[in-house]
Formats: sequence, structure tokens, C-alpha cells
Amino acid sequence: MARILGGITTSHIPAVGKAIEAGMEDDPYWEPFFKAYPPIRAWLAEKQPDLVINIYNDHGLGFFLDQMPTFAIGAAAQYRNEDEGWGLPELPPFKGDAPFSWHLIESMVEQEFDITSCQELAVDHGFTVPMQLFWPKGSHPPAIPISANTVQHPIPTLKRALDFGKALGKAVRSYPEDISVVILGTGGLSHQLDGARAGFINREFDEMCMEKIVTDPEALTAISRMELVEKAGSQGTEFLMWMMMRGALGKVRQLSSNYHIPISNTGAGTMLLECIDS
Amino acid sequence: MDPHINIPGTTIFDGRMAMKGYGLNKMCYSFNGAKARADYLADPEGYFERYGLSEAQKQACRDKDVLAMIREGGNIYYLAKFAGIYKLNMQDIGAQQTGTSVDEFKEKLRKAGA
Repeated sequence: MARILGGITTSHIPAVGKAIEAGMEDDPYWEPFFKAYPPIRAWLAEKQPDLVINIYNDHGLGFFLDQMPTFAIGAAAQYRNEDEGWGLPELPPFKGDAPFSWHLIESMVEQEFDITSCQELAVDHGFTVPMQLFWPKGSHPPAIPISANTVQHPIPTLKRALDFGKALGKAVRSYPEDISVVILGTGGLSHQLDGARAGFINREFDEMCMEKIVTDPEALTAISRMELVEKAGSQGTEFLMWMMMRGALGKVRQLSSNYHIPISNTGAGTMLLECIDS
Repeated sequence: MDPHINIPGTTIFDGRMAMKGYGLNKMCYSFNGAKARADYLADPEGYFERYGLSEAQKQACRDKDVLAMIREGGNIYYLAKFAGIYKLNMQDIGAQQTGTSVDEFKEKLRKAGA
């Protein structure tokens, strides 16, 4: 049966992709951010996961407001990306594993999570930046994108996100082949891009979230969605991806953690959580 | 009722705003494609018409006024693609919305980390 090795969180800011392209990892602005990644790459190199599930939120490339899935699972053999309107460098398509995707889709709907399946999906920086960060040479295992809506309210509750993750964990572990899986929860932490409150960052709240996501994720489900907007900023709602990732893991040990303000407009958090029973 | 619904300086992009801004956001979504961006730059007014923008939305776009675009239903993720056409990044937009210089805005972000 498939097993989950652990989960990794990271911010997925577009500027990070540009910094990678420009080779700025050692630049004084970027170093406090990029220093978090070599230990995680070493862990991945040691564990050699067979598959990666990348939980991110689309930012208006894969989905528009005409049809906005609350939860979507990629079911394609590969996933292309585009420049997103900013002239971002286009990366080669990311290979997927469609049979595994359909196993997840079957299992999630069986567990009453009525997700949207996507046989074509353009993946944006939310997906691609973490892949570049963790597999800088492009030698990543097959990847399954899972996107949750944070573009338009109503967004999922924190409880729903955690419960989604629990169901996802069951779905992965019920896959009959003996493969190992790592799960990425990307986005966040606190930031607000829009309105007169643009530039809002909340270190105290982020640090609380980074502690509780390890020790007591259930406690975080008491936070309402509007409280999340208030305390994490309009786009800090991406923390839902972390909750989805965390729900899938079960018991964990924290192997690394890094937090840095600011990267672009964002409080950037990076964590590696290893499953204890893996 | 959720007690956190009134957050100063923050527009909750919900169904009400999604209806108001549909054409504006659809136009901005089209800018994912390079050809659409070129078409827009060749004839902005014609492009506005094609997507059925209101006069207030057109004026906000002409002025590149992000707060006005949000007020008229724009969603920041799509507006970012509009901003991209003019090579404006998130610090440029942040400075514009908060009435500061880009350097002042960046300093505010740095201070949040201090």
C-alpha cells in the first residue's frame, strides 16, 4: 500500500520564481528565505518519494470565475504552465500520474468530498514555484495538483480544509501499490495585496499558525474565515492549503522550520514535517 | 453573524463583487495570453467594449487606478495581469493603493519583519 513520508509547506510567491531564474539565492535580500531549502532537498534526496501531491491555490490561470471549483484535482498525464500575463519564464510541462489521480478522485468522492476532476489544467506559480524550490534540477517525481478556491468567497472553512486533508490521507494510503508520497501545502503566510490595507503582514499570527499546525491543527479550525482574512490578510487565506496538507499526515515530527519577512509582500514560512509512522 | 466582517481597507470579494466585476475580471483573465495583451495595447477602448465594461470600470482602467478597479468589482488576482501589461509589480500596486512611494511601501514591509 502507498505510504505518506511527510509534508512540506512553502510560500509560492511569483517573485521567488524570478529570483530562481536570476540565480539570486545568495543575494542578501533572498538568502534568509532560500536557506530553508537545502535541508529539505537533502531529505527529499534521501527519501526519494515516488510521487508528490502539490496542494496549491490557482490565481487565475487554470480557473476563471465562470466555473470556480472549491476543490479540484488534476487527472492529467502532464500539466502545462503559462507566463500568467507577467512574462514569467515558461517551464516544461510537469509530468503527472493520471491513474493515481483517478484513485484519489474515486476515494475522495466515496468519502463525500465532491471534487472537480481536471483532465486538462494549466498550473500557475502556486504549483510551479514549490516544484522549482524543492526540485531545482527539474528531476521531480510525478506530481498531482490539487487546487482549492481562495479567489472568491465563500472559500472553504479551516475545518473543511483539515477534513479534506484527512480524507486525502486515507485516499493515498488506500492505493494498492507500494509507493511513497510527499505532500506539499503551499501559499501564505500572511499577506494582503489589495486595498488600503495592502502590505499587511502579521508575524505573531503566522508564528502561532506555524506552531499549531504541528502540535494542534484542530485548534486552528476555531478560526473563522473572516477572522483569517482579518489576521492573515486577504491572501493569507492560502493558509487553507497548509491545513489540507496537515490533515493528510497524522502524527508528525517537525524536522525544519523557517520564517522570514518580507519576501515580496509576504511573510514566508517553510516547514518540513515527517510522518512518524512512515 | 461573523464579527470579523468589517475589516478596514479590505474588500471581501464575494458573490456581490464577483457579479459587479465579471466583465472587468474576464478582460483581465484574457491577459494570460500574449496575443490578448497585444490586442489590448493596440486598442484599449475597443477591448473595453468587447468585454462590456461599465464607464466607471473603463475610467478606472484608463487611470490605472487599482482602488477604483477593486471598487468596481476587480479581483486582485486578475487585476495583477492588467498591472503586468504596464510592468507594475505588487510593490508598485501596494504603494499606489496606500498612497506612498514604492520605497516607503517596501520599507513598511521590511519593518513588519523587524
